[in-house]
Amino acid sequence: MFRLSSYRDFDWVLLGFVGILSVISVLEIKSATLHTKFHGFDQKQIVFLVVGLLLMFLISMIDYHRLVDIIPWAYGISIFALVAVKLVGQKVLGARRWINLGGGVHFQPSEWVKLILIVAVARYFWNLGGRELNWPDIGKAFALVCVPMGLVLMQPDMGTSLTYLPVLLCGLFLGGIRFKQAAILVLIFTVLIGGAWKSGKLLKPYQKARLTSFIDPDADPRGKGYQIRQSLIAVGSGGIWGKGANKGTQTQGDFLPIPYTDFIFAAFCEEHGFVGALGVLLLYFLILMRLIQNAQTAADLPGTFIIMGVVAVIVFQIAVNIGMVVGLMPVTGIPLPLMSYGGSSILFTFLALGIVMNIRMRRFVN
Amino acid sequence: MELTPQAELAAGKAEKLPAAKLHAVQYVIAAILVILGAGLWRLEVAGADSFRALAEANRIRKVPVLAPRGRLFDREGRLLVDNYPSVSCFLLREQVKDLNADLPLIAQGLHISVEQIHATLRRFQTAPKYQPIPLKQDITPDEQAFIEAHRNELPELETLDEQRRLYPRDGFAAHLIGYVGEISEDDLNKSKYAFYQPGDVVGKSGVEATYDALLRGVDGSRDVIVNSHGKEIGRLGQTLAQAGKDLRLTIDLDVQMAAEKAMEGKTGAVIALDPHTGEILALVSRPTFDPNQFAVRLSKSYWNEILTNPDHPLLNKAIQAQLAPGSTFKIIMSYAGLQENAAQDMHVMCSGGASFYGHFFACDKRHGMVDVEHAIPWSCDTFYYTLANKLGIDTIAKYATDLGFSQRTGVDLPDEVTGTMPSTVWKMKNFHEKWYAGEVISVGIGQGAVAVTPIQLARAIGGVASGGALKRPHLVFPDEVPPDELEAIHETFSGSGDKTVPLATANWQLITDAMAATTTSGTAAPAHMEGIDFAGKTGTAQVVSHSAGMTSLGVGKERANAWFVGMAPRRNPDIAVAVLWEHGGWGAGSAPVAAQIINAYVTKQRKRENNIRIAEIPKPEAPKPDTPAPPSGPPTAHLAAPEPMKPKASEAAN
Repeated sequence: MFRLSSYRDFDWVLLGFVGILSVISVLEIKSATLHTKFHGFDQKQIVFLVVGLLLMFLISMIDYHRLVDIIPWAYGISIFALVAVKLVGQKVLGARRWINLGGGVHFQPSEWVKLILIVAVARYFWNLGGRELNWPDIGKAFALVCVPMGLVLMQPDMGTSLTYLPVLLCGLFLGGIRFKQAAILVLIFTVLIGGAWKSGKLLKPYQKARLTSFIDPDADPRGKGYQIRQSLIAVGSGGIWGKGANKGTQTQGDFLPIPYTDFIFAAFCEEHGFVGALGVLLLYFLILMRLIQNAQTAADLPGTFIIMGVVAVIVFQIAVNIGMVVGLMPVTGIPLPLMSYGGSSILFTFLALGIVMNIRMRRFVN
Repeated sequence: MELTPQAELAAGKAEKLPAAKLHAVQYVIAAILVILGAGLWRLEVAGADSFRALAEANRIRKVPVLAPRGRLFDREGRLLVDNYPSVSCFLLREQVKDLNADLPLIAQGLHISVEQIHATLRRFQTAPKYQPIPLKQDITPDEQAFIEAHRNELPELETLDEQRRLYPRDGFAAHLIGYVGEISEDDLNKSKYAFYQPGDVVGKSGVEATYDALLRGVDGSRDVIVNSHGKEIGRLGQTLAQAGKDLRLTIDLDVQMAAEKAMEGKTGAVIALDPHTGEILALVSRPTFDPNQFAVRLSKSYWNEILTNPDHPLLNKAIQAQLAPGSTFKIIMSYAGLQENAAQDMHVMCSGGASFYGHFFACDKRHGMVDVEHAIPWSCDTFYYTLANKLGIDTIAKYATDLGFSQRTGVDLPDEVTGTMPSTVWKMKNFHEKWYAGEVISVGIGQGAVAVTPIQLARAIGGVASGGALKRPHLVFPDEVPPDELEAIHETFSGSGDKTVPLATANWQLITDAMAATTTSGTAAPAHMEGIDFAGKTGTAQVVSHSAGMTSLGVGKERANAWFVGMAPRRNPDIAVAVLWEHGGWGAGSAPVAAQIINAYVTKQRKRENNIRIAEIPKPEAPKPDTPAPPSGPPTAHLAAPEPMKPKASEAAN
């Protein structure tokens, strides 16, 4: 189970792409916080990256089958932690997401729950053994994901809770849902969400405002549409080649909101232009293709499911975050994997990559 | 949900997902990335230009650079009106997220009321959003610190360095200089102010108003880079401001000072001019006001004080008081009578008055047998009753009109009034009544409906003494003003202007000699100055119409107005002075006022001729560069020792 020689099978190419993206991220965080009180966040990001790398190597040493074994327990503890956050968590900006572990360390369970869900879903569909799904199977899969998702949504943290959804969808798709079943599900949810929107109970007013301002950012340029508007100006004014590192007027002039986390891609687009942005998209594409390749070569179904779960989450976050930055998606507060500043996001990504490495290292185990 | 682990992991180990499903996922990912790439293309390539413009608009702000107003100097280059640096607070409406929430804090920090801010906002409602609104002018260092300290909370507040007007204190020469103020809404609608913006500072009266176009210069602007809080983080280009033109006035500070001093404590006006050219040497109106109070936002109490003063401090009485001229009008009567060949051989027996058309018209003395040579210095009413009766109203009106009465003189000051010269046509037009022959009698002594301004009197009598050459009075040397601008000013301030009226030499000599006699043996004898050829004419004008003639002076507001018109020398005078002392009593009381002014003038000229140093005359001003000139010193220094206010030691000794 623990063989040092397997590091020859470590996916160094994937790690190389991730490394390039991490360097870009650190440089852009440095630029975006240059003249602000957040100056120095780039160095904190480096610390997160180093810790992430260490965790990645650590988790790659533990056979992922052990993780699959213990996942029911981990899942149970996660649900308990989410309830605990709701009861004793720290309120930051109106939402209870964090548990203070003392000594300045804050723990945000919803980010880790994502990882546990990926493994749990993988285990669930593996247990079904590849047979065609019936409605109880689908129902159970929904329950598996929607219980933690509901708890996170109640924090309220719509962004993170939404990232659980692609895990479920990916599992259903790969697990063998039939087209007819999928069509019925889509129909049901369209009706449900439409009704909830009208009743106004599903979304908090600020969430609703974000969605409406996404549709028409110029309606209220100083209010709700401000973030989107400034983001569009930042991206658009970057042009083909960008304004140059540390020279984005929107970024440096503090017009772009939170340019080191949610809107880091807007800051990057402004300073490095269309060409730079395409470069980043290409890196993401290469990383994702490499991940899928690993999923293909995985030794067994749980391995494939886990990697595809990771792929689903990353693709979803890229689509929502960059979609938001270019005005195709509403503002949801979902960070861009490997780019946005933030410990929880970095650690999740590297842990997920660690598991992927883990699966790749054991692809010939038979 | 089933959470218990399966016993065997190996059960499904060999199974694999169909490759097609993974390929499908790859295509989905590729599609998503292509869509995102297309979104980027739409913004960064297709829309780059418009977004770049928006980004520039975000960060670049135009800050006006105000041109310093031209300074005013007296005829010898001595500084009359200067500028001093000052800071104003502006409101940038584009920077505001919720202005109403910020108002209490702004009001508190700037020491103004919320209502005042609302009023200001209302005034600028129609102005474009990007235009800064002046909230408070001449703010204190305290208030400046407040704005600096609240950059983040109140990004909408901006300070602007300005040059502000510094006028002589105590209202010295206030009426001729005028004052500046923010342009009013009414003015903005006038064609003259078509190119002005709300908030612009313009001349409101006096020379400041007439020559505003020259004095104001051209404002420049500066492009600065700001962050989202409106804080300046860099600079781009700038358009330099062009300073306003400095103007040299015809005023002679020494004469002006003598006039101010002579009018101290009196109500009325003085105007001294050079009849050769029409250059105004001194102009005083009393009571006066402090134009410095107008340069910054007026305090309510001071404004009320001015409004409620029954003597109207803002009125420039030298050009705006139209009153009966009293006996000073006898010069015009003499001119008319002599030119008509009616007065030369006239001998009138004065026994303290005479009866005309069944009414008795009184004279203040029994002058005995009077001819025109004596009628002027003695100011014999009986003689002029008789002359007026002989000439008739329309002849008198014709000569008076020739001399510029009932018209503006065309002086380069706003709001000059015309006065009134009655005639048969005038009465028909205004009262739809025919003229009664008896009405002409009191016109002969400058009573009745005759109303003149001090400037009209000075110009007309100065003109008669100059052999009939009348000049347009003015405060700015014509060669200081570009020709087209001068033409525009002459057109705007149209009036009698430059003209020559016929005057026979004998008549000229007779009148001027008689006026000289006034100050030696006549009604103004106490004002006689040894060694100065001082000529003049007194006038005592009733304020309340008595039945006829001068029987009493009246008291308080009913007390007669004391007029005096004097000049030196008697023929082709270098200086003519008209003095109006409202409710001053006998016209002889005004004669010393004119005497003091003329004495100051003549003394100065003689000292100059004899090469005696009379005053420090500063070197001619170096041409000003286009950039705002550095302030010439702290304003308090000017206030503490303004040059015009200090009598020179050499003069005091005189």
